[in-house]
Amino acid sequence: MTLLGWLQILVFCGIIILLVKPLGAYMTRVFNGDSTWLQPVLRPLERGLYRVAGTREDEEQNWVTYAVALLLFNLAGFIILYFLQRFQAMLPLNPAGMAEVGPELAFNTAASFVTNTNWQNYAGEATMSYLTQMLGLAVQNFVSAATGIAVAMAVIRGFARKSVNTLGNFWVDLVRSTFYVLLPICVVGTLVLVWQGVPQNLDAYTSAVTLEGAQQSIAQGPVASQMMIKYLGTNGGGFFNVNAAHPFENPTALTNLISMVSIFAIGAALTNVFGRMVGNQKQGWAIFITMGILFVVGVVVCYWAEAAGNPLVHALGIDGGNMEGKEVRFGIPLSALFAVITTAASCGAVNAMHDSFMALGGMIPLINMMLGEIIIGGVGAGFYGIVLFVVVAIFVAGLMVGRTPEYLGKKIEAKEVKMAMLAILCLPLAMLGFTAISVVLPFGVSSIWNPGPRGFTEVLYAYTSAAANNGSAFAGISANTPWYNITLGIGMLMGRFLVIIPALALAGSLVAKKTVPASAGTLPTHGALFIGLLLGVILVVGGLTFIPALALGPIAEHLAMLAGQTF
Amino acid sequence: MSQLKSASLFDTRILVPAIGGAFRKLNPKSLIKNPVISVVAVVSAFTTVLFVKDLVTGSGNLGFSFQINLWLWFTVLFANFAEAVAEGRGKAQADSLRRARTETQAKLLPPEGRGSFRMVPGTSLKVGDTVMVEAGDIIPSDGEVIEGIASVNEAAITGESAPVIRESGGDRSAVTGGTQVLSDWIRVRITAAPGSTFLDRMISLVEGAERQKTPNEIALNILLAGMTLIFVLAVATIPGFVAYAGGNVPMVVLVALFVTLIPTTIGALLSAIGIAGMDRLVRFNVLAMSGRAVEAAGDVDTLLLDKTGTITLGNRQATAFRPVAGVTEADLADAAQLASLADETPEGRSIVVLAKDKYGIRGRDMQSLNASFVPFTAQSRMSGVDVGGSSIRKGAVDAVLKHVGEGAANSADTIREIRSISDEIAKSGATPLAVARDGKLLGIVQLKDIVKGGIRERFAELRRMGIRTVMITGDNPMTAAAIAAEAGVDDFLAQATPENKLSLIREEQAKGKLVAMCGDGTNDAPALAQADVGVAMNTGTVAAREAGNMVDLDSDPTKLIEIVEIGKQLLMTRGALTTFSIANDIAKYFAIIPAMFLAFYPQLSALNVMGLATPESAILSAIIFNALIIVALIPLSLRGVKYRAVGAGALLSRNLLVYGLGGIIVPFAGIKVIDMAITAIGLA
Repeated sequence: MTLLGWLQILVFCGIIILLVKPLGAYMTRVFNGDSTWLQPVLRPLERGLYRVAGTREDEEQNWVTYAVALLLFNLAGFIILYFLQRFQAMLPLNPAGMAEVGPELAFNTAASFVTNTNWQNYAGEATMSYLTQMLGLAVQNFVSAATGIAVAMAVIRGFARKSVNTLGNFWVDLVRSTFYVLLPICVVGTLVLVWQGVPQNLDAYTSAVTLEGAQQSIAQGPVASQMMIKYLGTNGGGFFNVNAAHPFENPTALTNLISMVSIFAIGAALTNVFGRMVGNQKQGWAIFITMGILFVVGVVVCYWAEAAGNPLVHALGIDGGNMEGKEVRFGIPLSALFAVITTAASCGAVNAMHDSFMALGGMIPLINMMLGEIIIGGVGAGFYGIVLFVVVAIFVAGLMVGRTPEYLGKKIEAKEVKMAMLAILCLPLAMLGFTAISVVLPFGVSSIWNPGPRGFTEVLYAYTSAAANNGSAFAGISANTPWYNITLGIGMLMGRFLVIIPALALAGSLVAKKTVPASAGTLPTHGALFIGLLLGVILVVGGLTFIPALALGPIAEHLAMLAGQTF
Repeated sequence: MSQLKSASLFDTRILVPAIGGAFRKLNPKSLIKNPVISVVAVVSAFTTVLFVKDLVTGSGNLGFSFQINLWLWFTVLFANFAEAVAEGRGKAQADSLRRARTETQAKLLPPEGRGSFRMVPGTSLKVGDTVMVEAGDIIPSDGEVIEGIASVNEAAITGESAPVIRESGGDRSAVTGGTQVLSDWIRVRITAAPGSTFLDRMISLVEGAERQKTPNEIALNILLAGMTLIFVLAVATIPGFVAYAGGNVPMVVLVALFVTLIPTTIGALLSAIGIAGMDRLVRFNVLAMSGRAVEAAGDVDTLLLDKTGTITLGNRQATAFRPVAGVTEADLADAAQLASLADETPEGRSIVVLAKDKYGIRGRDMQSLNASFVPFTAQSRMSGVDVGGSSIRKGAVDAVLKHVGEGAANSADTIREIRSISDEIAKSGATPLAVARDGKLLGIVQLKDIVKGGIRERFAELRRMGIRTVMITGDNPMTAAAIAAEAGVDDFLAQATPENKLSLIREEQAKGKLVAMCGDGTNDAPALAQADVGVAMNTGTVAAREAGNMVDLDSDPTKLIEIVEIGKQLLMTRGALTTFSIANDIAKYFAIIPAMFLAFYPQLSALNVMGLATPESAILSAIIFNALIIVALIPLSLRGVKYRAVGAGALLSRNLLVYGLGGIIVPFAGIKVIDMAITAIGLA
């Protein structure tokens, strides 16, 4: 570990902390419908869209209507994306002449991009036409992120409003997050990326002759525009197979920093939006700090594990940390930092090979995802995800102070606990359930490349990444098989919609409640005590389930390595 | 207090039957009410079948799996035992109540209520029947006195042997079945159907027969069921993982892991905690009509308290004599005492006492003085005596001024002085009482509300708990403000009427607050019904008792404070044991995971931080700890976690430290000790 490494990590954390308030203030204005400096340009567009779509802006929806609108919209997106892939060979904008995508892979990819996962069982430059990339994948990158933000807004309103039935209007939330938040930042960001050397064209692949005289086909395309939204919307789907390790996706130290910051920006700012909307920014900071602590601990462990390297390699007289699978341009600290960020935030973009990480270094991304992507988390998803844990934490703690538990004046009762537990339950179901089947059935096992605990971790990582809607791959398994395509797709849909529906039901129940004024008997939810409690509940309720799996995977591998055995 | 004393925690009369009860509760019908424990019972039954199969085929490690089976069943039995003990304590109370519900004969009057009665069994009485109850009779059922006055011994329900007066009209008209009339007679209109009398309800409440799960208990059960499902996933996926690693784990070990991980501790004790909470309330001589009301008590934000009897001693007392110029204090005291000799009101008696204490003026006998008493009337608003040719009057200042008139006896200065003294007294929150002899004003007696000792501290305590107190009084705002300041309440409602009481409650509730109040009169009924926690005094009217959701048998309004504490304690105990139960899992993982996987991943022995002897002893120790901790925590769940009147933050950090951190550490030590013990005696 080096001073420079720590400084790079520190700079990143500093930028995020500085971003929280201004971006939070801006987003609060956007979703409250207050005027912003972008309104003169975007407002007519927004109005026009509502007129065309027949949406009445002031028409509010209750949680059921909101959820139905959301599901229908996502279903439509899923169907369009599926058929775009199936028929891309016949459709325009296919200069590289990509063939149609097979049904299982198309299902997997559609599920993946609709759920904001961006798990890629394909190599982008060898599978998808420009039309599919732009009209299908890029569009879903925007709207799946906007969907997440919309759910977060509905949940925030559940706390902020009292004694009403409505949570806002899904269509309005969707349009506002896309127009006012995602698009403007992406436009600026894309231009910066282009300036830094990321390609943005519709050309066919360039053929080049290398120094050795070999023929090389250099893939390119509308890369920059996709890069920005892939980070900002925590999508993570790379234009190229190696994702952010590719020099065209991530050419410089600046683009690396921009990508890392964009991954966290909206998720971090949403905590502040929450604080502002419930009338006390400290409430938002408490959640941000909880996330921050989990993040920093993850970064420290991961950086330490990677920098410490493999003692077996050291024994051969080769010093230094573990550089296998890492870009020399980024080195150990930025690779470790990127890995933790991308898995904490449900992004899934990678700038290093996670399968090449040390056992413990690779365990951190795994744990980040197992906790349900609540460390900043996917845009919106991270926020409503942590709210589920807040509900459980408040319930247990509230009892311990001798009152019916309440959070921000809202009583947490049977309905809320039920919804939170339902949502929390579906993650281990998808992650552990599918892993347990895959490591037993022959068509599951046959895809695993590495033996022993490492191979086990590879499968566990795949399903964890899918259900957590992360999309990063540990790799090491051939996941483009019918079994993995279908089950990973199901896992992604479960991890997305089986959390969103209970979260909206929770918000629907909360929004109808009165707000109990705080008193000395009310548990303060913005102090160190609450943060500590929330951390404990996240680790115990969210984490304990995975201990047997972790023991058989990374922990067994690490201990075996210390004993001189690798896999 | 009463015969409803709690039995000691280790009373064999309760513990021995409870052992039988633990087995009886293995009945699936009663098990199903407890989701976590019924899951344990199901998996125990499953492993027992497997064990029998192994026994027949002679395969497997029989001794080990026998012991695991044994402890799995103990877990279920211990949980049943905890519930049986709690119920047993209630039953002991119910039995003593049942003795009061002896079969009585009632003297049923004809429908019009007049004429001769005929004897019918008490159980045949219907609502609306009228019965005659005479000295020595047991009142056959709950009812309202419609005629007559009697002294009644209510020891059967309150445990208080001093008789109380019950009379028609007014606020003391309710009588309870099972109590005994000591003197005189009353006609009673029956207000309760057979089997639903107060005593019946009380019996079923303390026995827990009518126990409904409270909202909060339901929510907690959902959480526990959710945790159980999560661990189903955690454990059910292990065989697949293990098969991939090339090993296998016996079913009995998986079941052991599962049972230790799911929240059995709180699951086992949950209903005992609920029953014990109700029981604590009954021991305080408060009867809650539902568990919901007890929980609501813990949540109360605003407490409405009647001034008289709750904040101040029942009655005003004379505290000073304030003569006008030209009259000595002793003279005034003498006249005031004479005027009060025959005045049986507490105020009157306090004047006699003050004159005696301050000036040594002894009470005199009215008859030997040949004095005649002039009683208080609503018209004159004065009382007094005529003695030895002179007449002494005392009463409200305005009334006395009107009586003496402005004339030769009293100069304008005197009248002005009287007025200024009376204003000054009124401003200080006391009541002025003017005294005049033969038309001449002597001065004023100051009557003061005496704030109960220690009440200020109680209110400060409530404030720390986050509860706002509001004093309700019929006094004028000035007096009310002075007393409110002295007693240290947060707010007051002066010149209270049933209407503005009700609207105050509605206002508070509109702000999202929970309101508790107590009351006794019929005119309190609407407010009692509106309040979230309405405590009716047992001395009160039937209407008040029906409207409230709790009845205080001692009719002591200050008890609201204890009721709130009991409600909080109930919730805290649940929360604390839930936290403890979940925190325990960490140590159990460290015991079982290395033991379970050791055969094929020997490197995992590094996780055996407790240094447990063998895989078998580790698993056995974890499951034994898991079962024994239930028994160890029965006393705590019955007693409840101690509530301290400190802020929520301080309370939480304390409980988190004790039950959260304690819950992490204790099992490490406990499992290690059990492991050493069973290794020493060669069980594993």
